[in-house]
Amino acid sequence: MSLLAQVTGNLGSIGYGLAAIGPGIGVGIIFGQGVQAIARQPEAYNLIRQNMLLGFVFTEALALIGVALAFAFRA
Amino acid sequence: MSAAPLAAEEFQAPGLNLFEWPALVSGAEWFNKPALLAFLAALLVIVLCFAAFSRPKLVPRGMQAFGEYAYEFVREQCARPFLGKDSDRWMPLLFSMFLFVLVMNLFGSVIFIQFPVMSLIGYPAILALGVWVMVLFLGMKHQGPWGFFKNIMFPPGLPGWMYVLVAPIEFASTVILRHVTHAVRLFATMMAGHLIIALFSEVGWHFLFVELSPLGAPLGVLGVLMTIALTAFELFIQALQAYVFAMLTAMFINDALHPAH
Repeated sequence: MSLLAQVTGNLGSIGYGLAAIGPGIGVGIIFGQGVQAIARQPEAYNLIRQNMLLGFVFTEALALIGVALAFAFRA
Repeated sequence: MSAAPLAAEEFQAPGLNLFEWPALVSGAEWFNKPALLAFLAALLVIVLCFAAFSRPKLVPRGMQAFGEYAYEFVREQCARPFLGKDSDRWMPLLFSMFLFVLVMNLFGSVIFIQFPVMSLIGYPAILALGVWVMVLFLGMKHQGPWGFFKNIMFPPGLPGWMYVLVAPIEFASTVILRHVTHAVRLFATMMAGHLIIALFSEVGWHFLFVELSPLGAPLGVLGVLMTIALTAFELFIQALQAYVFAMLTAMFINDALHPAH
């Protein structure tokens, strides 16, 4: 079978692009809802920020694992 | 980055070679620049704490004021929200861990040093490993060896068949995965940040110095501007990651001391 299409270069960047979609949406939701919560209840700012950062950190870890794995599985 | 700029050289993005360091002393393979920086960071934290807290005055001035500000930040933002009244007992660990990670990260933005030591997986991994051992020990001590695993794997209030799914997932996530991500999070943010800054400064260097051309020059200027902007952003990320590392440590300790509800 003849070659129809070929990708040269590092596929890791494409893989990371795919891996970043989910955490991107997640981080957007977290900060969107966090800002909304602060707007509704500014006096709870400290509590909301604490939990917002915690959620951000857990979501961000997924994207960061993508960065690390793109390098780890580089052929 | 090539030391001697050659004419009409092909642009090469910096890669993982940024993280490979030759030994400083022949015969001691482990002793390279990051290892030296780690010693320096530990020394810096020790000196800073001695200068701040060795002779406390009632009205803090100078180093003591700075030290107490940092201490209060860690206590109010990392320890108290999770540990509550237990927080004073754990403050020495959390405070020194926060300062150590912060200094190691900030080395990435200090001129002439410019290498965040935490971007090598070994350094955050050993901290996370220490926290992992400590949390397992604390959990078994405070909840009993069987109770610790029972509280993790069998949260009450679920229909019976659900535990077939829940127990292995909870076990893997609580005992293994969250400690792995604890290390990987710090490592990967520092590595990605260092790579991106290196990429943009390489763009600036290549298109403004190695091969200057009318079409390339604006790109080079953009690279330099992005380097400056991203260094500012990196400073924020480095501080945030140190804070997050200490905060998650406090959270893990609390989960070991008191079973989740």
